Amino acid sequence: MALGLLKSAFPRAGAAHLPDRPSLKPSYDVVIIGAGAHGMAIAYHLARYHGIRRVAVLDRGYLGGGNTARNTAVIRSNYLTEESVRFYRESVRLFRELSNELDYNILFENRGQLTLAHSDSDLRNFRWRAEVNKELGVRSELVDLAEVQRRVPLLDCDPAAHYPVLGGLWHADGATARHDAVVWGYARAACRLGVELHPLTEVTGLEVSGGAIRAVETARGTIACDAVVQAVAGMSSEVARLADIDLPIHTYPLQALVTQPYKPVLTPLVSSPRWHVYIQQTSRGEFVIGGGCDPYPLYQTRSTLDLKEALCRGITQLFPFLAEANILRQWGGITDMTPDYSPVMGHSPVDNYFLDAGWGTWGFKATPICGVTMAELVASGQVPELIRPFALERFYTFDQVNEAGATAASH
Amino acid sequence: MKQIRCPLNGLRNIDEFVYGGEYHPVTETADTDSRQWARQVFFHRNPAGLVIEWWCHAPSSYWFLAERDTRSNEMLRTFTLEAFLAMKDAAQ
Repeated sequence: MALGLLKSAFPRAGAAHLPDRPSLKPSYDVVIIGAGAHGMAIAYHLARYHGIRRVAVLDRGYLGGGNTARNTAVIRSNYLTEESVRFYRESVRLFRELSNELDYNILFENRGQLTLAHSDSDLRNFRWRAEVNKELGVRSELVDLAEVQRRVPLLDCDPAAHYPVLGGLWHADGATARHDAVVWGYARAACRLGVELHPLTEVTGLEVSGGAIRAVETARGTIACDAVVQAVAGMSSEVARLADIDLPIHTYPLQALVTQPYKPVLTPLVSSPRWHVYIQQTSRGEFVIGGGCDPYPLYQTRSTLDLKEALCRGITQLFPFLAEANILRQWGGITDMTPDYSPVMGHSPVDNYFLDAGWGTWGFKATPICGVTMAELVASGQVPELIRPFALERFYTFDQVNEAGATAASH
Repeated sequence: MKQIRCPLNGLRNIDEFVYGGEYHPVTETADTDSRQWARQVFFHRNPAGLVIEWWCHAPSSYWFLAERDTRSNEMLRTFTLEAFLAMKDAAQ
């Protein structure tokens, strides 16, 4: 009786919006390697807008268990180059509509983002970014110290501080969302359209002949396919190597932490490139604090005391009250860094093998636009205008899209 | 704190060291075309596994080589450039 009541009170409580893992078919139209937010977004767009539904999404682990779960959920478009601003602007627009698009609440919050200037050169650089942004319809402006204080009253603005705050780059379009919900929403919508999700299905080899991809070898059998997309942030070099493709990537961990919850006191996302630290308060009240990458490459998500100390040093300079906070959780994510801090998207040297790689520390915020553009590329074979600048070929023609200044430790 | 065995200074804390990139022999000449040169500059192995790389002990400005496993972060051995080149010659 009691059990029956419980059952009716919680119909299939916690049960999934996703079907059980199907058996692997001998062939698919498209295989996507990596069941993170990017992979699921690409699958969703293929199925919903291009009528390509024989799609398998493979993952070594589980849905959204990699960098989708490990990023710090920053959404913004205040980059420096025209190419990047156009690309991320569209992504932010899609994020705003994503809950409706997927019929799944991704907890999108348009909080605004503030990047702190601690020197004259910061101010000049921010002015430059603000002008580029405004020209392209992105809401960014240089703000003075009084405006910084008004927006973030708890920030220590003591002019005698080690790195005094002089002003900031205010980005009204800056936002955050629940990162897990993004991948769950895409996955649910994609699976309803017939996409197959295959967790615990490691790719062990890629069969290339005549310069084109023919099949994907997995621990559960070989799949013939017409096209493959790799969307494996953190393992891009290793997976591409299976098809003999070299990528201009170095792989580093990025560490972050979360404090105990506080009442809501910090609305915008705040970052300080000078202290290599950024912070936001989640809707649960916890402070998420992240920073720059580890100082040497590694494929391991361990946490280290020295990096945690560096994060805490920076953040307590900006928000002294956090010196009293307890750290609740800490973790690392694996970032595939490119030399110009921009992604590698589009065709690869192997026909019908498509790259969605080099996502460093800027992958989450690009999720929806990656879904749109990569699906269009796979379906039509034509590179969409928005991602043309991010082709792998740019490294051979010395045509990089330099976002080092607008990206490093200022997510 | 993690420690590294510097061939010159012995076992020291890792925060005294600076990572200097993967060891990759440079073969470009004045005739190397720009495509080949781009490969040398931008495209390295970046393996999840064993790699030979440059490290510098910053206080003494001493450069040396190390073999490290990028999955476990274990530094298996360190050597001077001379010792490394001699080993490579012997292996060939």
